[in-house]
Amino acid sequence: MLVYLLRRLAVALCVCVAVSALSFGLMFVVGDPAVAIAGAGGSARDAEAIRHAYGFDRPYVVQYLGWVGHVLRGDFGQSIYFNMPVTEIVRARLPVTAILGGVSFTLALVVAVPLGIVAARKPGGLTDRLALLLAVTGQAVPSFWLGLMAIVVFGVWHGLVPTSGADTWQGYILPVVVLAYSAMPAMMRITRSGMIEVLGTDYIRSAEAKGLPTWQVIVGHALRNAILPLVSLAALQLGVLLSGSIVIESVFALNGLGRLAWESLLRADLPVVQAVILILSLVYVVLTTAADLVNAWLDPRIRGVR
Amino acid sequence: MTPSLTQILLSGAAVAMLATPVLADKASDTLNVAFSLEPEPLDTYKIAGREGLILARHVYDGLLYKDMDSGTFKGLLAESWSQPDPLTLEFKLRRDVTFHNGAAFTADDVVDTLNTVIKPDYGTRYAISVDWIARVEKVDDYTVRIHMAKPFAGAFEMLAGSLPIYPHAYFDAVGSAGMAKAPVGTGPYRLVSQEPGVKYVLERWDGISPESPKAGAQIKTIVVRTMPELNTQYAELMSGKLDWMWRIPPDQADRLASRVQIVSAPIMRISFLNLAPVAASGDTPLKDLRVRQAVAHAIDRDAITRAFAGGASEVLKAFCNPAQFGCTDAVTQYAYDPDKAKALLAEAGYKDGLSLPMTFAAMPRPVAEAIAADLAKVGITVQLDELQYAAGVSKWRERQAPAFFSNWGSYGVGDVAFLLSNFFGGGADDLVQDAELSGWLHEADTATDPELRKADYAKALSRIADEAWVVPMYSFNVNYGLSKDLSFRPYPDEFARFWQSSWK
Repeated sequence: MLVYLLRRLAVALCVCVAVSALSFGLMFVVGDPAVAIAGAGGSARDAEAIRHAYGFDRPYVVQYLGWVGHVLRGDFGQSIYFNMPVTEIVRARLPVTAILGGVSFTLALVVAVPLGIVAARKPGGLTDRLALLLAVTGQAVPSFWLGLMAIVVFGVWHGLVPTSGADTWQGYILPVVVLAYSAMPAMMRITRSGMIEVLGTDYIRSAEAKGLPTWQVIVGHALRNAILPLVSLAALQLGVLLSGSIVIESVFALNGLGRLAWESLLRADLPVVQAVILILSLVYVVLTTAADLVNAWLDPRIRGVR
Repeated sequence: MTPSLTQILLSGAAVAMLATPVLADKASDTLNVAFSLEPEPLDTYKIAGREGLILARHVYDGLLYKDMDSGTFKGLLAESWSQPDPLTLEFKLRRDVTFHNGAAFTADDVVDTLNTVIKPDYGTRYAISVDWIARVEKVDDYTVRIHMAKPFAGAFEMLAGSLPIYPHAYFDAVGSAGMAKAPVGTGPYRLVSQEPGVKYVLERWDGISPESPKAGAQIKTIVVRTMPELNTQYAELMSGKLDWMWRIPPDQADRLASRVQIVSAPIMRISFLNLAPVAASGDTPLKDLRVRQAVAHAIDRDAITRAFAGGASEVLKAFCNPAQFGCTDAVTQYAYDPDKAKALLAEAGYKDGLSLPMTFAAMPRPVAEAIAADLAKVGITVQLDELQYAAGVSKWRERQAPAFFSNWGSYGVGDVAFLLSNFFGGGADDLVQDAELSGWLHEADTATDPELRKADYAKALSRIADEAWVVPMYSFNVNYGLSKDLSFRPYPDEFARFWQSSWK
């Protein structure tokens, strides 16, 4: 298990380095950051001054290695746009995304797994069809549209919840529900298909024949085997949710990481973009590694035990 | 009995409703403002975006104030001024001005602020705003002299808005970052709290000098929030949670008009199609004057302006905004005439048409497509290339975008000096490099005689039109969405002046 863990961590480190180098390069492919920072009213002279002030006139490799050197010392640099430390900006926005992503994920999981199990018990039955309808709708309806409709109905018409911002916990209600609804279908469907497969196997029939209570057959015997693909998928979904949904954060005016990443890209705020990308790649790497480890724990075949 | 889903939802909603904070509005004398873009940190000298500058103008004052109705300058922190020689401006300062932190305003503040921000290492965003100042000298506690590095016709424009004065002791202690974190000015509102980029709360500063042209603010509190999604802003405006929003697209403005107040106002920003007579590849059909003229004749600018800009936008008759000093439409006009365009192309040797790459940035794709469709009718096949502004303008400067469709806001200043010299003054954006033309512009930009300046700009605009180096398209307008209770007056410089706003 230790060798397996070390191998996974080495791959994870390579992924982080590759992602940060690639994103650094892409920033320069999109356009000259100095011109972007100077803005639509900036003259060539203004851009030249910015290029010099922020060191964009140095070779790309020197700039990248300089950034890596600072990051290794725990310094993400200053935001060009906000003129304040990047860590301070990220720290201010991380909680919003963490709450939004964490609560949405929990809600999606709490709905998806039981619904998937119930649907799998009688494939083609009424519950199954309703669950699939709910899932297909969730996958098909764009979250920005759903978000806006939720704002109109619950915020504007009925005034039940705040329509924007996260000044109070109520501000999270609509975005959490909308985000969870977009994350739920995939998890529900994979639980359902996994359960249908497992429930048809001989050992489940044996368990039922032994007279075990239904819940024990499902939770104790079937779910443990059906859950393996769900663990991998859930880790990815949590990664997506924790990266901050640009759409949801924009629609509900939440000041999270997703919006920060998107807006920093538009204004060529290189230090912020680099920091956010590194953090997000770390989140993904940690989650996928964790999912692999959980799967290895659940299924001895994965960790090579014979 | 188990509660139904509806019952659960309704009870949840009821709890949420009880906990929802009370909304601010006319009743609580709070103006709720939304911006789509995040304001930058509030050190005016480092701000490029209009949102940050609007907030900054509520907090800070400069030496002068421009009265947009009369087009004249009034004293703001200055009481009076004189020009002892062409390169010196002397200002007598007001004695009754206090900063938001209680410090008295004196000449030291002017000298310290301006001498700091003109240093290249301070990082002032726009060189044009400060590069005309050589140094600032204190004559006595209430008199300062600005020694100019060069004659500059836009000096007063810059002093009236772009060069705010900071309290010297505080500024020296906290620097630019500290100033942005906790701004201290003399303006009509003081910043009481901010979550950078998210929410700003401003409160009326009752210690403002009654003589200030910015005195007399009516509304007590202004809350500014960043809300990236326009649809969310519409929802809040209609439900009374928002009092002011801007930059509403024309089609949306029409739909909202029955529910809220919609005000459309022309602004300085103009759109245009630059036609470079040179290309990095060495050859471009645009080097032929007749091809450039054909392009100008082929575009139905009236129809495009009506369809896509609407509101208070106007078709431009020259490469300038009619609201700007020095703008004149007494130049060669290119009416929409596809037949003439075809004839000009044939004359230039392009009877069977030609192919033209067109880059566009910071302009809506449908407008670029409409231009391409018009050009296709006369045989010019356009390959559209949409880029971010930075990438587009870099391509233009590298001579790789022979036709570049974009816009320019002249820094919101009503003077063609802030437009023409950028594109034809001999700098990096000037691909024409016409020495005579840039000479006229240089003379006009530095002269103090308005008539001489007008004459020079008229010659320059005529040359630009004769050579068809630019196809001027239309002036922009801004649609503001206001709550029905709010009285707000927009200005063409796009600077919202909330100190002039009131409740109906």
